[in-house]
Amino acid sequence: MNLLNNKHLLGIKNLDLNEIDLIFNTADRFKEVLTRPIKKVPSLRHITIANVFFENSTRTKLSFELAEKRLSAEILNFSSSGSSVKKGESLLDTIKNILVMKVDIMVIRHSSPGVPQFIANNVDASVVNAGDGSHEHPTQALLDAYSIKEKLGNINNKKIAIIGDIIHSRVAISNIFLLKKLGAKVMVCGPKTLIPKHISDLDIIVENNIKKALEWADVANVLRIQLERQEVKYFPSLREYSLYFGINNKLLKSINKDLIIMHPGPINRGIEISSDVADSSRSIILNQVENGVAIRMAILYLLSLNIK
Amino acid sequence: MLKRLLFDSKNLNVTVSRLCNQLLENHNHFQNSVIIGLQPRGIFFAQRIINEIEKQIAKKIQKGYLDTTFYRDDYKNNRKELDAKETSIPFSLDEKNVIIVDDVLFTGRTVRSAMEGIINFGRPNKIELLVLIDRKFNREIPIEATYIGKSVNTIESQKVLVNLKEQGYKNDKIWIVKTN
Repeated sequence: MNLLNNKHLLGIKNLDLNEIDLIFNTADRFKEVLTRPIKKVPSLRHITIANVFFENSTRTKLSFELAEKRLSAEILNFSSSGSSVKKGESLLDTIKNILVMKVDIMVIRHSSPGVPQFIANNVDASVVNAGDGSHEHPTQALLDAYSIKEKLGNINNKKIAIIGDIIHSRVAISNIFLLKKLGAKVMVCGPKTLIPKHISDLDIIVENNIKKALEWADVANVLRIQLERQEVKYFPSLREYSLYFGINNKLLKSINKDLIIMHPGPINRGIEISSDVADSSRSIILNQVENGVAIRMAILYLLSLNIK
Repeated sequence: MLKRLLFDSKNLNVTVSRLCNQLLENHNHFQNSVIIGLQPRGIFFAQRIINEIEKQIAKKIQKGYLDTTFYRDDYKNNRKELDAKETSIPFSLDEKNVIIVDDVLFTGRTVRSAMEGIINFGRPNKIELLVLIDRKFNREIPIEATYIGKSVNTIESQKVLVNLKEQGYKNDKIWIVKTN
């Protein structure tokens, strides 16, 4: 029997190829389960999972919650707004109070990088990182790679351009780690101010011209401009960003090749991507959301096997 | 390791055709009946049954295969069985007569989880169970097969080893093996 090597999923960095393969194969099985008239299996009926979100989320939170329900786990939802965090309770106290209610797995999102690692060091439960600041977002990277694999057959040697706000993006970092492990060629493209200085050390190509990036790529993963993380101005205006880096049909037509468009959501329509591209047949944005449930079911199922 | 041969190719064929005749007797040319083989090993045996029946009635029958991993109640203690295999039942089981096919009936827990899995695909009229080998006296839950290839008396330290050509073996051989 194959198992994950670790009791936590904190980042892509710690996963090896066998584990990635195991997650993808298990997700295949769960994807089939989701086509059945009754889309629920009883595998995790003995497991309690807390979704602890210190930061806003729609897709990830709903996707985890649905994955947990489809696996028959008991669920506890926590979000920091409206909680005692506002009264000054420390992070560890909040977490320990949740865990003392016999929680087996904790899915955590926080705006500070390293929080899932800190929690994992201090508690017995399995910890799943659902996004920590601009550090990692492993489940998003896994569902992105799974969606590319589903569309193109494999990932090895495929050219994937990650476009937009790289410097603030945990999705970009996790995607780079994962795609490199799977043998893809990776490019990041965006304004110089939104690309971290030494990112080429990760053995990826850096490009500042959107047209050149799209001409090179098989897949364009378009990221959201994260206005909430920008304390200083990184570019003069959204209009200018959209003009130079926004992806629209006119731009795609000028390239004239089959290109797959991805976006982790939420979309700023008309800024990084136009509606006609986001809703076109080359977009797999909704497939990503659909696959997210199967990937998260696979991860939670596999982690539950490591719980004594 | 002590071994006792239960089946070779020749007597396996005889048993398969007897089981098929029993199925045909009860299932009216399979108009409303489907065969579901259980992963991982029951699917090979199920395919033999399906081939033989299709030959006899000269038409295709509805078939599928089911992996029971996600429905098991013993998966925490039984780690080797945790690799989920593919499930394919591309039709509703509502109002169908379902025949579950597996190679060995032992504790009954696989069949219990299979029944739980099957009702997720609809509400069958009837569920029957066909097994090649029934290990009597080892049941942990009250489940009995409708059609049995051969009943054997075994104790827990024994294992039934099923080697079929479909699994890459040269000849069909089914053994009882004493493990310690």
